[in-house]
Amino acid sequence: MISFPYLTTLLLIPIGAALALLFVPGKYKKLIHTFAVTASVVIFGFSAFILDEFKTGVSGYQMVTTHSWFGSLGINYSLGIDGISLFLVMMTTLLFPIALAGANEKRNTKTFAIWTLLLEAACIGSFLSIDLLLFFIFFEATLVPVYFLMVEFGYEKRGYAAVKFFIYTFTGSAFLLVAILSLAFIHQSQTHVLTFSVIQLEHTHLTSVAGVLLFLGFTAAFAVKAPIFPFHSWSPDAYSQSPTSGSILLAGVMAKLGSYGIIRFDLGLFPHTVVLLAPLFMTLGVIGIIYGGIVAAKQRNLKRLVAFSSLAHLGFIVMGAFALSDQSVTGAVIQMLNHGIYTAALFLLIAMIYRRKGTMSLDEIRGMQKSAPILAAVFILMVMASIGVPGLNGFVGEFLILMGTFITHRWWAVVGVLGVVVAAVYMLWAYQQAFHGPEKGEYLKNAPRDLTLKEGLVLAPLVILVVLLGVYPKPFLNRITPSVDKLIIHVENKSQLKLPGNAKPIAFRYDKKSAINDKTLLSNSDSKVGNASKAVLTGIVMPISSCITGNKVATGRASQTGYYVWSVGKSFCRQGVSK
Amino acid sequence: MLDLIFLVPLFPLIGFAILAVFGKKLGNPLAGWLAGTMVFGSFVVGVLVFASLFQRQPNNRSYTQHWFTWLDVGRLHIGVGALVDPLSMTMVAFITGVSTLIHFYSIGYMEHDRDFSKFFIYLNLFVFSMLMLVLGDNMLITFLGWEGVGVCSYFLIAFWFSRPTAASAGKKAMIYNRIGDGGFLLAIFLVFSRTGSINYHVVFSRLNEISPTDMIAVGLLLFLAAAGKSAQTPLFPWLADAMEGPTPVSALIHAATMVTAGVYLMCRVNPILHAAPDAAHVVAWVGGATAFIGATSACAQQDIKKILAYSTVSQLGFMFMAAGVGAYVAAIFLMLTHAFYKALLFLGAGSVIHAMDDEQDVKKMGGLAKVMPLTAATFFIAWLSIAGVPPFSGFWSKGDVLQNSWALSPGLWALGVISALLTAYYMGREYSLVFLGKARWEKGGEASSKEKSPHPHDPRLIMKLPLVVLAIAAALGGFINLPFHPNFVFLERWLAPVVGASLLNHNFSVADEWLFAIVDAIIAITGVVVAWSLWKSRYDRENLEPGFLQRAWGLDNAIDKVFAGTSDKLAGFFTMSIDTGIIDATVNLIGKFANGSGRLLRKAQTGYVRMYAMFFAAASIALLAYLMTRVAS
Repeated sequence: MISFPYLTTLLLIPIGAALALLFVPGKYKKLIHTFAVTASVVIFGFSAFILDEFKTGVSGYQMVTTHSWFGSLGINYSLGIDGISLFLVMMTTLLFPIALAGANEKRNTKTFAIWTLLLEAACIGSFLSIDLLLFFIFFEATLVPVYFLMVEFGYEKRGYAAVKFFIYTFTGSAFLLVAILSLAFIHQSQTHVLTFSVIQLEHTHLTSVAGVLLFLGFTAAFAVKAPIFPFHSWSPDAYSQSPTSGSILLAGVMAKLGSYGIIRFDLGLFPHTVVLLAPLFMTLGVIGIIYGGIVAAKQRNLKRLVAFSSLAHLGFIVMGAFALSDQSVTGAVIQMLNHGIYTAALFLLIAMIYRRKGTMSLDEIRGMQKSAPILAAVFILMVMASIGVPGLNGFVGEFLILMGTFITHRWWAVVGVLGVVVAAVYMLWAYQQAFHGPEKGEYLKNAPRDLTLKEGLVLAPLVILVVLLGVYPKPFLNRITPSVDKLIIHVENKSQLKLPGNAKPIAFRYDKKSAINDKTLLSNSDSKVGNASKAVLTGIVMPISSCITGNKVATGRASQTGYYVWSVGKSFCRQGVSK
Repeated sequence: MLDLIFLVPLFPLIGFAILAVFGKKLGNPLAGWLAGTMVFGSFVVGVLVFASLFQRQPNNRSYTQHWFTWLDVGRLHIGVGALVDPLSMTMVAFITGVSTLIHFYSIGYMEHDRDFSKFFIYLNLFVFSMLMLVLGDNMLITFLGWEGVGVCSYFLIAFWFSRPTAASAGKKAMIYNRIGDGGFLLAIFLVFSRTGSINYHVVFSRLNEISPTDMIAVGLLLFLAAAGKSAQTPLFPWLADAMEGPTPVSALIHAATMVTAGVYLMCRVNPILHAAPDAAHVVAWVGGATAFIGATSACAQQDIKKILAYSTVSQLGFMFMAAGVGAYVAAIFLMLTHAFYKALLFLGAGSVIHAMDDEQDVKKMGGLAKVMPLTAATFFIAWLSIAGVPPFSGFWSKGDVLQNSWALSPGLWALGVISALLTAYYMGREYSLVFLGKARWEKGGEASSKEKSPHPHDPRLIMKLPLVVLAIAAALGGFINLPFHPNFVFLERWLAPVVGASLLNHNFSVADEWLFAIVDAIIAITGVVVAWSLWKSRYDRENLEPGFLQRAWGLDNAIDKVFAGTSDKLAGFFTMSIDTGIIDATVNLIGKFANGSGRLLRKAQTGYVRMYAMFFAAASIALLAYLMTRVAS
């Protein structure tokens, strides 16, 4: 039985779209913009298929595709998806249309669209690769589009920021490459098989020195990308000098390449070393939380402020990943998604402020809530989400991370909780500066006051997700936890880690028999969730696409059509499976 | 009937959702009526559930309703659901009741505000959060409500956001609360890591799995949370600033309901406090200190609302005193009666402010009893209630608290009695300054032409009605828990299954109880008489208003200076010295090094063959020389 190559297709659509754009003359700006946005929406729609096809309660990789690439070197084109990567892929495919639609670059639209689509392919590829070299290629390939996006479309100091970003991350990656190769060779010397498959390399036996060295090699790349304190100094420059879409994608998606790498590769490949070095990296995470918060409080530029707050949020994720309890790692995974959502929204909102006032400096804006109440409402919603108010998405991740960390590493969590207080300080301060007080700062000519319909529609999916993930994260957690449980059990088996009872995964859930039981148990609610998610997704995709095509009236019709397309596509894929 | 409980928080949530979308369209006053009706609906359902719970046997008065699973990771299962028991239903009944009154009052109070509908969006969201807080069957749902009311309080304090003071006050409240919330989170973590659950019933049945030190830690962390929310020392400065919000908000959130959430929490987790007496004693003594600090500060304030704010701080102190000595019933009793008379005081103050064209300085009022008879009369009842003059409600509830505090320590009792005396005094001062004496607001000859003096009058019907209802409740509220005979302690018998009877109470003989009551009455009447004689015709007694007390013992300034000052310096140091000076500079230095070394090496690349030949020759000679030395040795 050959299954439909979902993942390869997902990877090929953006590349295909980018190639197609090459042949469109650059002067048709409107067409190019519409085409790029539509393509990215289609990709999102297709990723929704994958979400629908994803089997809840299965811990391993699904929809795996493996083809020999350089056979003699053991390099495979090998893709797969599991609970850890599923929502990162979904988030990637969601944020790209939003970034594309939110930023309408007036000049060089073509360059912009092509680079963005290629970046999307590279990001998706990174999350899907289960071959280390393939991962490395995609991981590196993300740099090129971002560099050009930054240099071409950024703000005043973009040259400095872009070079700094490129060299910094590239240096980290050099260590990664060496470490990947060494690991594969060590594995070869033990088994006489040269492979880069993550699944097989997980069973490499490493001496503790080799383990530490290789771990550091891997982590060098991820620590820069995430960023982990003190490797963050590229990020405020890069975030603030990038165009809006660049900031969204850097903070929302690409930062997650780092934290994803830590969870997927560090924990999977070096469980022994991770347990050994966990206190060090948790400390770095905690420093990031507090330090990021404190420095954020001193920023006058909104984008830089969000950059430092990202450092704090990534600190939470790193802390959760290294705390190694079931709750904290699950929390870290879902927090990657949460952070992507509200950070993207914040960057979009900052861009909207810039569009109105021509500045991002907190010294020059006051009292915007008066003239733009809805914009202010969405902004404060995102602020609340990011400082972890329960009922919104940020809380779910932060709570799980802190709870899990507290069980295994009590004092780190205690300091981490301080970060929750600090976050309220700088975020509310920034909100007060920009939106409260008597109104100050002129609006630019022709600038709208409150949110326009188009801006509202771009933000709508993020607003919905912020609330949905905060109130009812169960469908998300149900898909994430099996894979995290498996990872934790792997780490426990391969190291001397002894988790306290309350931090342990519930293992019985994942032997096959109970998995089936679970499935029958879940089937009722799950199909409901499936249908609901379908409806929600259609609801999200269609307004965006109709807003991009500029046809407001057609929204209703579009969502109907969307559902029709959905069912046809679905049956087509099912046929592919049954063959 | 019990299964209707889901409707109680659902009504205000629906109200919030409708208003959030259509609020502007509904406009003034329809939005207010919708919000008020929703809360009234909650009240009706709440009373029904209360009644059917009452019909059950006392040992069977607990019912849990599960709505859906929120978080389910590993051993952590957190459902969203309601716990219906005498404690939660008492809270529900009084929260929805007082909220309904204040919603209707607000329709009148906010009638000229341009953001009329937005006000009710927040108000409904607040009621929803507050109900979740008291109904939650596990600590995290309580926390959800806890943060929810905090956020609403932030929105409502900063409601007039164009005023920088209001905006700052909102932020300040949120940050002070967040400090407490950190304690709450840590308590949740500690409880879960020891017992594997955060469901109240399960946790209380597994308390023996928590070690004594951890138990104290849990107790103190929860008290930290409660201290933030309920403005206990040293976390009370935000409450005085919170008076920047519209007055109905002060009445509802910063007097009757939200600030009492901490007291509710202490009562809810009473088995934990019982198992950690050391923590409970801290609660009692901090409560006593707060009662005293609040009462003294209230004596010197000039702002009609700030007097009430410090009074609230002081009264909350009394409640914590009660909770700390294990007299949970007394704490709830005082909370209920306080909700009545303090809401009444705030609404009365609101009517005065409304009538005086937003003047809040008591020194510029006076003689208002003649022109606002109803407001003055209800305010008078509230004064006697809070002062503890028999037979008004405050006499019974405060007496209950004081009597129980004697059982822990006569010192604590003495602290309480002094604070009670001050209470009667400062409220008398406020009443006299506002309603008695000469009318100081009538602008005579000097400022005649431009500024027209206000024409104070009683408010319109929709604002009067809540005043009357609350006045009746404040006057008669004490009768729900009369001492002297076991048949009359209704509240105590009702709450007993949840909090246990207040054990200390039973050490006193009837004669003792009479003695306590007489002392309380004398104290109250003394305070009232002193205040009346001092302030009824004079307003300029500056020696009775020391600056130290006006600044509330200087705590706010001290905290500002120490924390805000140092953290600002710290942030500056981190940003300039460490981030820019060390981390970023190192990175740039590496870049410069590469750049510099490249520039240096470029000098070698001259392009002259003779130059390269010379380097080649020199290197060859050097190499040869090196080899020679190796061979030679």
